[in-house]
Amino acid sequence: MQRPNTMPAARGRAREGSPWTGMWAVVAKDMADHLSSARMLILELLILATAVGTVYVALQNLRQSPGNDPFIFLRLFTTAQEPLPAFVGFLSFLVPLVAITLAFDAVNGEFSQRTLSRVLSQPIYRDALLAGKFLAGLFTLALVLAAIWLLIIGLGILGLGVPPSGEEVARLLLFLLVSIFYGGVWLALALLFSIVFRQSATAALASIAVWLFFMVFWSILAGLLARAIMPVDSPTVQAVLDQVALTQALERISPNTLFVEATIGLLYPSTRSFGLVLPVQLQRAVLGAPLPLGESVMLIWPHLTGLIAATIVLFAVAYVLFQRQEIRA
Amino acid sequence: MADTMIEVKGLVKQYGPVTAVNGIDFSVGKGEVFGLLGPNGSGKTTTILMLLGLTEPTAGEVRVLGLDPARKPLSVKARVGYLPDQVGFYDGLTARENLAYIARLNGVPRAEASKRIDAGLERMGLADVADKPVKTFSRGMRQRLAVAELLLKRPQIIIMDEPTLGLDPDAARLFIRIIRELRDEGITILLSSHLLHQVQEVCDRVALFHRGRILAQGTVEELARQVLHGGYQVVLHVENGSAELESRLRDIPQVVQVRHDGPSQYVLEATADVRSEAAKAAVMAGGNLKALNVEVPDLDEIYARYFEGVDHAAA
Repeated sequence: MQRPNTMPAARGRAREGSPWTGMWAVVAKDMADHLSSARMLILELLILATAVGTVYVALQNLRQSPGNDPFIFLRLFTTAQEPLPAFVGFLSFLVPLVAITLAFDAVNGEFSQRTLSRVLSQPIYRDALLAGKFLAGLFTLALVLAAIWLLIIGLGILGLGVPPSGEEVARLLLFLLVSIFYGGVWLALALLFSIVFRQSATAALASIAVWLFFMVFWSILAGLLARAIMPVDSPTVQAVLDQVALTQALERISPNTLFVEATIGLLYPSTRSFGLVLPVQLQRAVLGAPLPLGESVMLIWPHLTGLIAATIVLFAVAYVLFQRQEIRA
Repeated sequence: MADTMIEVKGLVKQYGPVTAVNGIDFSVGKGEVFGLLGPNGSGKTTTILMLLGLTEPTAGEVRVLGLDPARKPLSVKARVGYLPDQVGFYDGLTARENLAYIARLNGVPRAEASKRIDAGLERMGLADVADKPVKTFSRGMRQRLAVAELLLKRPQIIIMDEPTLGLDPDAARLFIRIIRELRDEGITILLSSHLLHQVQEVCDRVALFHRGRILAQGTVEELARQVLHGGYQVVLHVENGSAELESRLRDIPQVVQVRHDGPSQYVLEATADVRSEAAKAAVMAGGNLKALNVEVPDLDEIYARYFEGVDHAAA
C-alpha cells in the first residue's frame, strides 16, 4: 500500500479497501442520535398511544364476541371500532411519518452543520456514510416497530388469556417485516430528498408532499387514469374487468396500496385474491376457510418484493447523486 | 526527493465551463509549513480538496506521501489531517463524543482512542469542557477542538483551510503558536489563507494564487526580491537634501530604486538592509539626518504590488 504507484497499470479502476470501512461507526452514532432525539420521542409516544388505544378497543370487542376464532391475535391488529381505525390502519400512515422523520435531514443536516467535509476527510468512503445513515434509520424503525409489536402481543396475552399459536406468530412476524420494508421505501425517499435539497425543511416538505400524494390522491387519480386509458365503450364483462385490473395495477404503484394489501393478505388468512373474484375461481373453495401460511405468503410475495425493489431503486438513485455531489458548500 | 510529502504537477480542475484551478505545480517537503495565499475564489480550497481526494482532478497529477489521493483515498486520508475552512461539530454531542466518533471512523481501538482523546483535549486546553456539548463552544474553542481531532490519527501532514478566519486576535495568535508547535514535532503543514501577516509569521514558503494559477512561489524573501525588486525599504528623513544626496544614495550598490516622497523623505528599495550606507551618504552630502527606518519585506506589500502588476498586465 505504501508503494507509490508509478506504473500506469496501477491506476486501475479497483478501489482501495472496503467501501464499508467505518459504516458501523456511522450506524452506531446515527442510531444513538435517533433514539435520543426529541422528535423520535414524540413519534414513539404517538405510536405507543395509538397501539394501546386500538388494542384496548379491540380487546373490548373480542371479549364480547364468542371466542372460537383461531386467529384471535391477528384480530388485535385489525379490529376497528368507529371512530377509531384499526392499528394497521394507523401504521399505514405512521410508518411513513417515522421514516421521513428519520431521514429527511440525513445528508443536508451534515452539510448545514458543516460536519460533512470533516467526516469525509476521515479514511472512509462516501458509501459507508450513506449506507450507514440508511441502516441506522432502518434499524431504528425496526426497533420501534418490534417494541410496539411485542407490547401488543403482551397486552393480548394478558387480555385474552391465551398464548398465540405458531401460525399467528409467523403471520405477525411477516407483518412486522412488511411494515419495516414499507418504512424502508419512505426512508430511502427521504434520504434521496435530503441529498437533492440543501435545506432540511425543503426535503421534509417534499417528502411529506409525496406521502400525501400517495395517501390521498393516488387512488383517485388511478381510477381517473384507468377510465381515460381504457374507457368501457361496449358494456362487455371483459371491458369492465380490464378497466378494474388496470385501476388496480396503477394503484399498486403506491407503496401504501402494497402495504395495505400485504397486511390484508397476512392478517386475514381467508383472503384469496385482491382483485375481483369471479365465481369460476371459487369452484371447490370453502368460503371463509383460511389459506395455509405458505399460500398467503405466495399471495403477498409480489407486494413484499415490490416494496424492497422500490427501496433499492430509491437508494441507488440517492447513492449516485451523493457520489457526484461536490463537498464544498 | 525522498522527503517530498506533497507533489502537484499540472493540476487542473474544471467545474463545467469554469476553470477553478488552471495548471499548478508545487511541492512541499517534510517538516515544512507551506502557505497557499490568494484572494477568495482563486482556487485554494479546490486544490486542497484534490489533495485529499475529495474532488477528482480534471487533469494533472497529485501525489501525497507518494500516493494518488484519487486512487488510494483511504491510505491518504488515514495519514493526512484536514481542517476545513468552516469547522462544524455535532452540536448536541459533547467534545469527547465528537472526537470518539472520529476515532471510530479511523478505526482506532476504543482504549487507545480514549487515551488519545484525553491527551488531545488536555493539550488544546479543553480538558475541563470535555463533557460539555459543543454548541456552547466559542469559535476559537471549536478550532482547537478540531486540532485535537486532527491529532487523533497522528497525521504526517495537516492541511488547514483558512485556519485563522473569524478568530479574534488572541485566539488567532494562540492558533499560530499551535501551528508552530505542530511543525516543531515534524508534521508537515499546508495552509491556505488570505490573511497575509499571519501567513508570513508561520510559513516557510508561500505560493501566490490568482485565478487558478500560481503566480509566484518561494520564501517570503524570495518573493520580495521577485516582486518588489528589492525587498527592503529604507526610509530616510533628511532636511536640506540635495541632488548630490540622491545621486549618492543611488550609488549604494544594493539600492535598486530611489524615490523622493515629499520635501524631506527619501525611500530606497534595496536588496539588503542598507541603513548604515544610507546614513553615511546623507552625512557625506551634508544633509541633516532626522530619521532612518527599514521596513522588512511584508507580504501585504508583495501581494498588493503583485496583483497591481497582474491587473495592469491584464488590462
